[in-house]
Amino acid sequence: MDQARDKRVTFTTAGVWRGVRATLAITIGLAPFGLVVGVVSAAKGLSLLEALLMSGLVFAGTSQLVALELWSDPAPILAASLAALVINLRLAPMGAALAPLLDRVHGWRLWGTLAVLVDNSFALTIAEMRAGRRDAGFLFGASLTMWVNWVVMCGLGHVFGAVLRLPPGHPIFFAATATLLALLVPIWRGRSDLLPWAVAGAVALAVQAVGLGAPWPVLAGAFAGAATGAARDLRRSGEGR
Amino acid sequence: MMLRWDVLAAILGMAVASYLCRAGGYAVLRVTRPPRFVQAMLQHLPGAIFIAFLAPALAQSGWSAWAAAAATIATQAAFGRLALSIAAGVGALWLLRYSVSAW
Repeated sequence: MDQARDKRVTFTTAGVWRGVRATLAITIGLAPFGLVVGVVSAAKGLSLLEALLMSGLVFAGTSQLVALELWSDPAPILAASLAALVINLRLAPMGAALAPLLDRVHGWRLWGTLAVLVDNSFALTIAEMRAGRRDAGFLFGASLTMWVNWVVMCGLGHVFGAVLRLPPGHPIFFAATATLLALLVPIWRGRSDLLPWAVAGAVALAVQAVGLGAPWPVLAGAFAGAATGAARDLRRSGEGR
Repeated sequence: MMLRWDVLAAILGMAVASYLCRAGGYAVLRVTRPPRFVQAMLQHLPGAIFIAFLAPALAQSGWSAWAAAAATIATQAAFGRLALSIAAGVGALWLLRYSVSAW
């Protein structure tokens, strides 16, 4: 009976609110980054409306920063689109890894939730899944909260950019890294994660040392680590038979 | 408020590219039955993605960032409060940088 109920409940309002609440705690982690993107978009000559449209529709900070770095007049349509495609490739395996959650939802709940998928909401949702709760509403609520925070911060950065003046190396920018670091703790499943994680880190560092930029260290490291873990798991289950 | 057609086109191009990335990985998985190896990989992808993302970022910063990273993880392991852990990491980095420059 538990199973039957489990299958029906795939996207609940309660889940959405749990996602919103879980994410409010980490919005401070993304706020400085959003401010910077707002400041840079103002410096590159985007109007407030254009800056808000970009943040709302693209919603991917690193690709926005890179696109703004190569901004010109007229706007670099092809270069900006290609930058977004390459840098955001890291999001594709995230969607795939959420399959156990997404397989049970349809329509806008599926494709709309994917539209706002972002690194931090992904990490929070994986932690939630590993705690035994499978509700796509959580992912949607978490992602939407990140989105609202992102658009508001970009707008504030655009309007108050001249007043803010945060130097690039300021410790506040460590907040984004710290958010992901802290999220590693609930994602950690125990010693069996050690080998794939070590391989992922080593391969990412090696690819970076060779001189390849984003997204190649992330993609190479992630796939190498995951493949190592998968190979070990399949060998173990083969032995058990 | 100003909205130029070339800027709008660039934004829409970026938006379409980003959506293809967000939905594409799952869309492929939904229409194909992935082999067992791929399914096993998906179990390991989340942690591997974040490690592969964080390792190069930390390697580019100095020892103070590594120390701040340790403080963040230790705080999260001890208290399980994300906002507190983020504040601990930023605070640790700020203190380390400040004390080093003062010294």
